[in-house]
Amino acid sequence: MKIIDLINEAIFAISANKIRSGLTILGIVIGIASVIAMISIGQGAKSEIVHSIQSLGSNVLTVMPGGARMGAVFMGRGTAQILKEDDVKILKTIEGVVDVVPIVQRTLQIVAPNGNNTRTSIIGATPEVFAVREISIEKGSIFNEEQVRNISKVAVLGKNIANDLFGEENPVGKTIRISGINFKVIGVAAPKGGVMGMVADDLVFVPFTTMQKVLAKSEYLNLILIKGEKKELLPQIQQQAILLLAEKHRVDPQNPDFTIISQEDILSTLTQVTTIFTIFLGAVASISLIVGGIGIMNMMLTSVTERTREIGLRKAIGAKNREILAQILTESVLLTFLGGAVGIFFGWLISLGISKFAQISTQVSLFSILLAFGVCTAIGVFFGWWPAQKAAKLSPIEALRYE
Amino acid sequence: MKLIECKNITKVYKNEVETWALRGVSFSIDEGEFVAIIGPSGSGKSTLMHILGCLDTPTSGQYFLEGREVSKLSEDELAEIRKKKVGFVFQMYNLLPRATVFRNVELPLIYEGLPKKEREERVKAALRASAFPEEFWFHLSNQLSGGMQQRVAIARALVNNPKLILADEPTGNLDSKTGDTVLKTLIDLNKRGHTLIIVTHELYVAQYARRIIALRDGQIIEDAPRERAKSLKLIKE
Repeated sequence: MKIIDLINEAIFAISANKIRSGLTILGIVIGIASVIAMISIGQGAKSEIVHSIQSLGSNVLTVMPGGARMGAVFMGRGTAQILKEDDVKILKTIEGVVDVVPIVQRTLQIVAPNGNNTRTSIIGATPEVFAVREISIEKGSIFNEEQVRNISKVAVLGKNIANDLFGEENPVGKTIRISGINFKVIGVAAPKGGVMGMVADDLVFVPFTTMQKVLAKSEYLNLILIKGEKKELLPQIQQQAILLLAEKHRVDPQNPDFTIISQEDILSTLTQVTTIFTIFLGAVASISLIVGGIGIMNMMLTSVTERTREIGLRKAIGAKNREILAQILTESVLLTFLGGAVGIFFGWLISLGISKFAQISTQVSLFSILLAFGVCTAIGVFFGWWPAQKAAKLSPIEALRYE
Repeated sequence: MKLIECKNITKVYKNEVETWALRGVSFSIDEGEFVAIIGPSGSGKSTLMHILGCLDTPTSGQYFLEGREVSKLSEDELAEIRKKKVGFVFQMYNLLPRATVFRNVELPLIYEGLPKKEREERVKAALRASAFPEEFWFHLSNQLSGGMQQRVAIARALVNNPKLILADEPTGNLDSKTGDTVLKTLIDLNKRGHTLIIVTHELYVAQYARRIIALRDGQIIEDAPRERAKSLKLIKE
């Protein structure tokens, strides 16, 4: 029997009762649509996170107070009194280090002259922070060494903060009150996007010294950023840094009172989390696929029983067992394939809808589409197998007598 | 070489009770013959037909079709023989109800793997040979009358040029007038050289055959040309 004829026979059989076929594949459609939608949400989250982490600057190590623990990704993790400016000096001596930036960070209230206010993280850092975090300036300028030395009360606003406080107006030159103290806005950062703690758009930058002495009134640092020359040097810089700081803090380098992590570490932990998350979502959605497959099997069994005489006839005119098997399997796979195609389309629509209306980013990848088709074919074969076997094993004589 | 040679064919069904459907049946049939196998129900005539048509194999004995012993072939090999050598006409027509006449007749050729063009030619030839009116060629088979359907079945039985046409009570579901038309079609085919075996319990059908094989309780009680067949008189109208 030619393959094209096999497919024709299968199509003919399926279209004999279009409504029934349609309802049967509904389970597959729903299953595939949800799997595609779920995976697209997971992929979207993952790529957003990767993008965010990467936009935090390349080749950067972060030193945080507190002992090492995997997955310790969140900022402001302690106004623990461990890191000091002297640490910064030591770290600058390491070979291959381009910049070392001390960070003091507090969440404070900001009020604009027009009365708009907001509460956000204020970052006190040296001017190098803009280079290290790869933040560019849209309006005005960043603060300089002199302003740091002079403990000037100047601020650079993140884009969202500027919008929230000043709307369409140009904030540069205006005065804002941070924690009740007047600051002059000297610059606005260009929008960057991102989902993690250090999202520049939602931050306000002030000179390090000003933060230390005026706002926070503390000499202890929340973070130290170390920018290395090249990626390859990072591991050895990290090693050196641990040794030097451990020595200075008089602690055991194996068990220090600080943690140094790289973008890589954060990235790999987070992508691990999102991958697990995605797999979990996909698995839950797959349950409906199994239900759909059972529906297919049920329909095929019924269809085979209904066609007992027809199958007997086909065998009588010379169809071999395997040709009957092939026909039933083809019907099953065609059904699931069709369901898959429709499901993929709806899954894609749903992810579009989600990204448009729920503002959650989604990403339908070619991989998930191919996976969906592959899974459909597998379901068609798996759940069609038993009905196909039943059909193939029918005795022509008995089948022909079937009422 | 005889077309069919049966040597001591038996068929036993082993259920809770052992049932002997055929108890040693022997005969041979030449190409071109027109044979009616008659007998009351339970006589084994359907079983014999199934064996002759390679739908079933005998429990013991030998069946030679065109000189080749087919009694112990595998299912696939039997299917192959059915495809190439045998054409069936059933009492219940057994057409695909939602397919057209054309498609129904085409079915055996699809299993032969023939290309579409060649299939079309052969289907047309078979439909003409069974005198099936052309205006109905693309009607759905379930829209046709019983007699028309049976003629489609006959065309289908012909389409792969079988050596042997086996008809099991072909007029059983039809009124006598329609049955006549169907019979005439079959007789016509036999006149053109097709070997025809009809299994029937109806006298008027059996009368058309040239040879009668009468079965009773799984054995042949008479194997004679029609004119001399006494068992014909035993069949109730």
